[in-house]
Amino acid sequence: MIFPAEKLTAAVQNPKLQTAIYDSTGRLMEKRRVAIAPDSIDDFQAYRTQAHRIKQHTIENLDYYLEQFERNVSANGGKVVWARDADEAVAFVRQICKEKGVQRIVKSKSMTTEEIELNHELEHDKIDIVETDLGEYILQLANEKPYHIVAPALHKTRYDVADIFTEKLGEAREEVIEKQTMIARRRLREKFVTAELGITGGNFLIADSGAVTIIENEGNARLSSSAPRVQIAVAGIEKLIPRAQDLATFLRVLGRSATGQPLTVYTSFLSGPRRENEIDGPEEFYVLLIDNGRTKVIADPAKRQSLYCIRCGACLNHCPVYRKIGGHNYPWVYSGPIGAILSPQFHGVATDPWLPYASSLCGACAEVCPVKIQIPKILLELRHEVTEAKRVVGDGRLEKLAFQLYSFVMTRPGLYNFIEGLAPRFFPGQSDGKWLNKVPGVMSIPPVAGWLSQRDLPPPPEKSFRELWRERSGGRA
Amino acid sequence: MTTARESILHKVRTSLGRSAGQAPPPVPPPLMRQPVIDTQRRVDMFCAALDKLAAKTLKAASAAEARAYAEALVKDRRAVASNAPYLAEIGVASLAGVESGFTDRLKLREACVHYDLGITSADYCLADTGTMVMISSREEARMISLLPPRHLAIVPRERILTGLDELLTLIPIPSVRSSSMVLITGPSRTADIEQILVRGVHGPGEVHVVVV
Repeated sequence: MIFPAEKLTAAVQNPKLQTAIYDSTGRLMEKRRVAIAPDSIDDFQAYRTQAHRIKQHTIENLDYYLEQFERNVSANGGKVVWARDADEAVAFVRQICKEKGVQRIVKSKSMTTEEIELNHELEHDKIDIVETDLGEYILQLANEKPYHIVAPALHKTRYDVADIFTEKLGEAREEVIEKQTMIARRRLREKFVTAELGITGGNFLIADSGAVTIIENEGNARLSSSAPRVQIAVAGIEKLIPRAQDLATFLRVLGRSATGQPLTVYTSFLSGPRRENEIDGPEEFYVLLIDNGRTKVIADPAKRQSLYCIRCGACLNHCPVYRKIGGHNYPWVYSGPIGAILSPQFHGVATDPWLPYASSLCGACAEVCPVKIQIPKILLELRHEVTEAKRVVGDGRLEKLAFQLYSFVMTRPGLYNFIEGLAPRFFPGQSDGKWLNKVPGVMSIPPVAGWLSQRDLPPPPEKSFRELWRERSGGRA
Repeated sequence: MTTARESILHKVRTSLGRSAGQAPPPVPPPLMRQPVIDTQRRVDMFCAALDKLAAKTLKAASAAEARAYAEALVKDRRAVASNAPYLAEIGVASLAGVESGFTDRLKLREACVHYDLGITSADYCLADTGTMVMISSREEARMISLLPPRHLAIVPRERILTGLDELLTLIPIPSVRSSSMVLITGPSRTADIEQILVRGVHGPGEVHVVVV
């Protein structure tokens, strides 16, 4: 995707959208702030550190935990299926549909299935595949992608929903949110009791238990995993954690970071099909483990930690860029800062070279990340890769020259002092506060002109800091 | 032809410089804390947390009081009760209007879809978060606490643990006990439209908890 300048401008200039994004992300920020305060949780930072350590340990020994997980899922009577890419993953679901005569699938929220575009693929086969999370249901009807990892329909108002339900479901127009929710409940109930297959995501795959943990507030993941005869949990290979006891850490940080909840309403810990002494639950249980680019990320030690992500969405809510441009202007299903580091690593930096630059590097994302991913550092790494790639094709020579000159001056204090002394004499400050703007020739250098069109450097002061320092300390340097 | 499994594991190992079957270094110990809290205080914490989530709670002095609460709730409604021995013991499973004893999956689902109230006990409760722990078994099905629009849970007070850490210490590997362990913390909710909180989107919108 080329730099979507027009779409970005449209988003920024749409006051309704701006209000929707600011209000929703602002509320989520506030909820998180309250939930991590000391009167709510003792030493939240210790849990972040622990979460980072556990994820680091797991990713660095991932093959071991994947195999342990697979063994335990089998021991519980389930089956692990591996998929290198989206095609293999979709092919497996298709095969199950064919074997079991599946006509209808109920699906709970899963970013991984967005990644492999499962719905789109299965719709070709005339299979009724239904999103059951309220936000995802609305978006499926509207034929849109999620706007946010945790709040997928964040950009839709009750009036949009009224339009969608009227147009796509033929319901009488309803603008009251409670009643809209009940329309969805009624419509989706029919689907739950008739679907032969339930597809869920998985927030954590637990190696020592062979279990999938799913967190949610609505109950649709519980329904998807309990009502149909067959369940498939779809998850990326990076979702492993070693022990069930690690949930003591991860559940604490995930709910609080995502929606400010100490625990979400439902936490399901699912391991295999219904057992002989149990009344309900699926008869068949599959875990579909997906690579789809993750092994490429593991191969780079500097950026490997991108896979620690537990999809809480906190970095989106706190990002000044996401909060302006919204979720649909990122090129892939993952938006915000985490999307800006995942997409280039999955698809290569050449695909969307502008993406690592869609950040002010303010550091808010790293500050709030529950697993302490150093997102700004990874963005810089990616910028480096973008620049290297340009150099290969002969681009960016001027940029390189400029930085060589910069580093030449900055590593020579004498020379720096000399230039600093000259500046005010040649280019005094102007009455309108503009300075660098007026230096002859500067506005003809494209990148500099672009930068200066919105702002300027303050004019150089009469005396430099070092001169003032010398004066005030009585001549001592 | 290599399988997807072999290919993925091979890529992971090559990237990490590991060999097949190589044991990992020791994993950092889990971070768990267990405060000592007496039973009365646990009951109070549990109910306070649930009240904040808009669940209805009752601290019942006796089994008779719990049964009376259930009776009032069942009145003019149809209810399905789980096979938990505790519900039978305190006479809730045999109340008029309550159907119990389901062992067939489809029949149970049918009842849960059409009835107004699901009655269960809970294997454990977590005081600090107001959570009920439901472990699927012959005695507790998954769907009774999920499909009907109202859920009533009746639990003896000694089943209230301090929190998640105590639960995971008691049951370090939940999959040994059951194919499904679900933590329920308040009524089903959503905020997917304009971040406005609505209860009862898929699961029960009304949750009643009686601690005996």
